[in-house]
Amino acid sequence: MNSNDEQTTDMLRIKNINTYYGQVHALKNVSLHLHEGEIVTLIGANGAGKTTLLNSLSGIVPAKSGQILFAGKPIHDLPAHRIVEVGVSQVPEGRQVFKPLDVADNLELGAYVRYRQREGRKEVKTALAMVYEFFPVLSERKKQLAGTLSGGEQQMLAIGRALMAQPRLLLLDEPSMGLAPLVVQEIFRVIENLSRERKTTVLLVEQNARAALKIADRGYVIETGKIILEGAAAELLDNREVQRAYLGKDKKEIWER
Amino acid sequence: MTIWDPSRECMSRDELEQLQLERLQATINRVHKNVIHYRKIFNERGIIPEDIQSLADLTRLPFTSREDLRLDYPYGMFAVPLREVVRIHSSSGTTSKPIVVGYTKNDVRMWSNLVARFMTASGVTRDDLVQIAFNYGLFTGAFGLHYGAETIGASVIPMSTGNTEKQIMIMQDYKTTVLVCTPSYALILADRMNQMGVDAKGLSLKVGLFGGEPWSEAMRVEIEARLHLKATDNYGLSEVIGPGVAGECVCRKGMHISEDAFIPEIIDPDTEAVLPPGSTGELVLTTLNKEAFPMIRYRTGDLTSLDYERCDCGRTGVRMKKTMTRSDDMLIVKGVNVFPSQIREILFDTAQGEPPHQIVVEREGAMDVLEVRIEVTERIFTIEVQRPRAFLEMFKKRIKSVIGIDVAVSLVEPGSLPRDEGNIISVIDRRQI
Repeated sequence: MNSNDEQTTDMLRIKNINTYYGQVHALKNVSLHLHEGEIVTLIGANGAGKTTLLNSLSGIVPAKSGQILFAGKPIHDLPAHRIVEVGVSQVPEGRQVFKPLDVADNLELGAYVRYRQREGRKEVKTALAMVYEFFPVLSERKKQLAGTLSGGEQQMLAIGRALMAQPRLLLLDEPSMGLAPLVVQEIFRVIENLSRERKTTVLLVEQNARAALKIADRGYVIETGKIILEGAAAELLDNREVQRAYLGKDKKEIWER
Repeated sequence: MTIWDPSRECMSRDELEQLQLERLQATINRVHKNVIHYRKIFNERGIIPEDIQSLADLTRLPFTSREDLRLDYPYGMFAVPLREVVRIHSSSGTTSKPIVVGYTKNDVRMWSNLVARFMTASGVTRDDLVQIAFNYGLFTGAFGLHYGAETIGASVIPMSTGNTEKQIMIMQDYKTTVLVCTPSYALILADRMNQMGVDAKGLSLKVGLFGGEPWSEAMRVEIEARLHLKATDNYGLSEVIGPGVAGECVCRKGMHISEDAFIPEIIDPDTEAVLPPGSTGELVLTTLNKEAFPMIRYRTGDLTSLDYERCDCGRTGVRMKKTMTRSDDMLIVKGVNVFPSQIREILFDTAQGEPPHQIVVEREGAMDVLEVRIEVTERIFTIEVQRPRAFLEMFKKRIKSVIGIDVAVSLVEPGSLPRDEGNIISVIDRRQI
């Protein structure tokens, strides 16, 4: 094969990662990629391995084998805090905002990596302004304790906090969970805007496949630790395997017509 | 020249290989789960999906042959429940039972886009009038090109085959700009135009998309001269999808394979060893995003070679050479796949025994003619005496019904067929393509 001289636009490239929880083989030879500026969704049922994949990406539960390249550089061996510094931020499942702290402090904590750099303070101020512009509701509640915010507001705070590190890649773990449908719509609108206006690359993990596929460019379907499908979001919406995978529907034998 | 899907057709090989790996792994995971045939073979050989960690690991997987598809007739190789299959097509098998293939809604859409790619590469646009003179029916040729043309937005005239004078009248009156048929039918059209006194220069034909049978560069030159159009080649096979596997671009130096949808390999047909790029051998294809009917390392039987050098058109998909010869004994007659074993089986049924016979294929003018020469046996003689010509008519009818083409049949004296050391040469193909 002749070598290509074109630059790759892959922001993220994962090749054959295998992750274990003790003896449990949670991710089996998972390969995935994201182009810069794409919204890619990873969908699958409970326990399929979605959160595990994000945790392996952010270094919380490192993969035992395989390769993760971020903007061409390997990160699978880096400690979690270095991965954040390199530009990968995760919004964890269940929001996990710092409840006793107010909104402003939550956000500032999200930017701690910036403080250690020379231009630190100025960058943090810029980031803060950006987040408040994106989430006017947070701007109105700067001094409110995070624990007293509604579910939707907490989700926005969690996303805002991740954005404070000015990530190039944003990992979202089930942002729709536990939120009312109208709030989910709004959160997803925000995610879409992030991608469109700020060109952030987004890996969106969701059980709510329909909502996720509506805003994503492409998707992957994971089932018991294995990727079983990859395709354009529109195709996946039309695919029964998706419903089978994450709803556990249709367990009949394939030949029972 | 426009490219239908530059994000896929002009992908860097680096990104293409990552995409291929992901899709291959997903396909293996799916077939292992859903297709009993593959699960069984994997288990027998001790292969688990996790063994596939790179594209090179493709060689660990077993080949799929036409015979496998026959054994699992009709739906054994389907990877989705039948209610998700929105289209069924079929193609000749080696016996009287055909190969059955299926498509989900996504498969149909994906197929249409693959065809749109090579049609666009030939210059077809939404302003064109596409006359499809492939046989509409269970064959994938007609519907494949039809949906591809519609996807581009062109106007489709679904003429199907036959009625040559009407085809020409339509070309004149409806102002067809794109002709789709077999190369030999293109010459039949040219012959009939001559007879009718119709000048091809007066037609609106611009492009011809020809496929379904092997054709030479000499034939291309003749077709272009006589029909006043640009003639391009495209390749496909029903077992893998139909038309849409590969097609020529303006450079016409080979057909670009849509590598985001298929992984091609070249193997030595006898040893099954994978050969390096540039070698001639049998083309093996693995599907990457077929839902209903995925294929792992399907042996196409077509001999070709692969060229990975950059093409001036900008497409990065590997180019395959025109397929002229096969590694098995399959014949392509009037665009239809015919296996000598099919003819043998039908003869056995009709003659209640196996009389010595020979198949002779010739091209008369532009038309393929297949003749079956049968040595008269006692049995046949008895049938013929009771009802003259009954045997021949019955045999021809059965062939038409099972294989789909008209053949010539003749009875010859016992022992009169040429033998080589006691063995009759079963097939003589006298066509010079």
